[in-house]
Amino acid sequence: MTRAKKMVDKIKDLMWKPDKIRNMGIIAHIDHGKTTLSDNLLAGAGMISEELAGQQLYLDFDEQEQERGITINAANVSMVHEYGGEEYLINLIDTPGHVDFGGDVTRAMRAVDGVIVVVDAVEGVMPQTETVLRQALRENVKPVLFVNKVDRLIKELELGPEEMQNKLIKVIGEVNKLIKALRPEKYDKWKVDVANGSVAFGSALYKWAVSVPSMKETGVGFKEVYDYLKADNARELAKKTPLHRVVLDMVIKHLPSPIEAQKERIPVIWKGDATSNEGQAMVKCDPNGPIALMITKIVSDPHAGEVAVGRLYSGTLKPGLELFLIDRKTKNRVQTIGLFMGPRRVEVPEIPAGNIVAVVGLKDAVAGSTCSNLENFVPFESIKHISEPVVTMAIEAKNPRDLPKLIEVLRKLAKEDPTLQVTLNEETGEHLMSGMGELHLEVRVERIRRDFGIDVVTSPPIVVFRETVTSTSPVVEGKSPNKHNRFYITVEPLPQEVIRKFKEGEVDMKMDKKERRRILEEAGLAKEEAAGIQEYYEGNVFCDVTKGIQYLNETMELILEGFREAMRAGPLAREPMMGVKVKLVDCKLHEDAVHRGPAQVIPAVRSAIFAAVLQAQPTLLEPYQKVFITVPQDMLGNVTKEIQGRRGQILEMRTEGDMVTVVAKAPVKEMFGFAGAIRSATSGKALWSVEHAGFEPIPQGLLENFVMEVRKRKGLKLELPKPEDFVG
Amino acid sequence: MLTFIGMGLYDEKDISIKGYEKVKEADEVYIEFYTSKLVGTTRERLEEFFGREIVELRREDLEDRSRELVEKARHKDIVLLIPGDVAVATTHSSIMLEARQKGVDIQLIHGASIVSAVCGLTGLHNYRFGKSATVAYPYGKTVSRTPIRVILDNWSINAHTLLYLDLHPEPMTIAKAVEILKKADDDKMLKDAYAVGLARAGSEKPVVRCDRLYELPEHDFGDPLYIMVVLAKKLHITEYEFLSAFANAPHELSLSVE
Repeated sequence: MTRAKKMVDKIKDLMWKPDKIRNMGIIAHIDHGKTTLSDNLLAGAGMISEELAGQQLYLDFDEQEQERGITINAANVSMVHEYGGEEYLINLIDTPGHVDFGGDVTRAMRAVDGVIVVVDAVEGVMPQTETVLRQALRENVKPVLFVNKVDRLIKELELGPEEMQNKLIKVIGEVNKLIKALRPEKYDKWKVDVANGSVAFGSALYKWAVSVPSMKETGVGFKEVYDYLKADNARELAKKTPLHRVVLDMVIKHLPSPIEAQKERIPVIWKGDATSNEGQAMVKCDPNGPIALMITKIVSDPHAGEVAVGRLYSGTLKPGLELFLIDRKTKNRVQTIGLFMGPRRVEVPEIPAGNIVAVVGLKDAVAGSTCSNLENFVPFESIKHISEPVVTMAIEAKNPRDLPKLIEVLRKLAKEDPTLQVTLNEETGEHLMSGMGELHLEVRVERIRRDFGIDVVTSPPIVVFRETVTSTSPVVEGKSPNKHNRFYITVEPLPQEVIRKFKEGEVDMKMDKKERRRILEEAGLAKEEAAGIQEYYEGNVFCDVTKGIQYLNETMELILEGFREAMRAGPLAREPMMGVKVKLVDCKLHEDAVHRGPAQVIPAVRSAIFAAVLQAQPTLLEPYQKVFITVPQDMLGNVTKEIQGRRGQILEMRTEGDMVTVVAKAPVKEMFGFAGAIRSATSGKALWSVEHAGFEPIPQGLLENFVMEVRKRKGLKLELPKPEDFVG
Repeated sequence: MLTFIGMGLYDEKDISIKGYEKVKEADEVYIEFYTSKLVGTTRERLEEFFGREIVELRREDLEDRSRELVEKARHKDIVLLIPGDVAVATTHSSIMLEARQKGVDIQLIHGASIVSAVCGLTGLHNYRFGKSATVAYPYGKTVSRTPIRVILDNWSINAHTLLYLDLHPEPMTIAKAVEILKKADDDKMLKDAYAVGLARAGSEKPVVRCDRLYELPEHDFGDPLYIMVVLAKKLHITEYEFLSAFANAPHELSLSVE
């Protein structure tokens, strides 16, 4: 029997014992060594050859990932590890660290119960460490800490044993500070602690690690580590105290099994009735319960087509089962099911609750879909994406004959990656891809060229603005085309706090009305607005503050459709709107339903909103990035020049030794091409990373320029729109 | 001058002689099939019949671009042909109002309306009708409950309810209308209601059937257009007699006679 075959058999056996399963992820700032750690864990567990690990970047199985040296898609593998005389099944999801791929991280967090946070010993906790750890904690996922590249402290920084320990303690302190801030109620149980073994130190590349429990077992402690490294004998160290054993022991001891985890996580991610049959089945991780499957990722497989990967919370999956895709309102039949081993998918006849599964046949599923054999199953809380698309590019096929194929591929990519939006510009007929950043889009375009073999031309990247208002409009009357329906509308700025509460899920339209009203009043809405709120849509709200208007309730869905249409593309430049509170203060409706149908109500409401926006001092918001650049002191001048030339603003400078870290903020619009510019300005000596910093108003003097720039691109009339264009 | 001419119920020959003459002498003639239809004819046959060009106007022309129509009529003799009678549909009254506000003269030439034809075909007394309503196609998940509310209001004053059926995107069948009413009727208020279904009023072979509302889909009404009446809870004796003679009313309906 081959080794691989044996491994599959073990996995098949263990997947039935949920107390012996750990579903975990690895999260880190870019380049802190996540993928190297994953590879060497796999190699240690006998999944790939030890010699290849580290060079092969097994999880970076996409050609582009290997070329760019970064991980783009979260990949899945399963492996077996022995701890305390028992075998355990570890399902591992690797996640990308670059800020442009944040959506993948968020979705992966839904599938796992615990994470290893990897931090570079020299760099310490970085902005992305904080972002991804925050994403994990928000999903109620428990962390353990692996401090990587400890050898650099000795070899590069030449620290002594005591300084080294101080440095490590500082890293642990930073991680715990975050846990305390984000999950204060869990802090006592969740804080990472050297003494209990929820922290390990080591080098993923040289395959060694130590922790307090491992020191007791192997006798290799800090002093010994120091000596081995000083003697340049990492090889010996790796034999004495191997990485995979120490780290995987830590995972098994400190990260929860699905049985423990689902008890606590189900109430966070599922808003159905916990006492119901399906609710209990999920809390208990019951293989005999109804199917409850959450899809976290769609991957394309050259043989099987689209494969849906997700976490099975209850029930047992088998080929042939018919599942309802609750959010898509449709049914699909499961063709085959399997587990991932790196890029390979191994088919198995059935998989019980508690595992991460790969399903072929769920052709309508998207990342975030809820699947069940019960038609009225309450869908999982939709996965919260913290960032929104900010960059767009137009894409077309070089050869017009490829157009149908391109449309098909774009549809497929959008399905795999919900942070990627594909739209057709009706005016120009071109296809637009919107995503999280320049790199995000470049990588997707490269896939279209390489994996799908379509020769495409793209426009330079363009920033997606948001339209908003800065004052309160007068009451505007919008008439339906037949003039029998009138809507009286005002718009005004929406408090930031309201948006934040909706975005982070502290308030939603499904919750108890009274509770929602209380929270919204606290966040800054007036009493009648909080009571009359009808909809939250992409950072905007619609409030009905009318009283006792007949037929209004059966017309509301159409009114909201008009509201959503207006919010998707505002009057200034047809860019999405954000931060707008729309209020319906009065309306007059036709007696009969056919005279207040979609063709009447939707345009009336939309035009009224547009005219109101134009009378409320509208402006544009643009996305900003925070930029972190570390350079040798003598190059500081080149960096500040580069930032200031991009409407950037320097927020902070930190000096450490002869290096300096500049923290700055700049509009994404000006950051295009920054990678090349900073490389040449610093002869490639700058280490840098970015994170999203939200939207801010553009300088007022640039408003007309930017509006015209967008209008020109979209083929709109080259003049600022006036309220009379929409009502009158 | 903008002249509105009611075309009557069914085909080109339902127009009045006064209307016919006006069409012959006008500068431009338009017709709309948005508020209703003339199922017994087509625009081409009308052109042949009147011996002149007739241009069809769509919803957008009547609503969004009503100004153009009104402005044309300032210096020309414009005719707008309308199935049924003029201004029963509120769409036309908006145009009349706009013309008046802009100082353009209007004139009305009436035609037969389904509102009065229903009385003739069912024997229901014109005095006993309450408000009317349209059964509209649902929009997304929203099914309008307006018709149900109107029926209940009318019942409270012992009145019949005329129900128009939505025409867009296609003329609604009586079976479809009943299905939509059932969906909106959460409290089963209409389960004992009686109703009359009518098809092709104004043609040589109209169909008129009286039954329990929820049984109407069992009857074959043939081609469109359709309209319905939900009966008041109590009938006058002559109403019952007429329905049983002309509309196959079930025997139990006699229990509703006051």
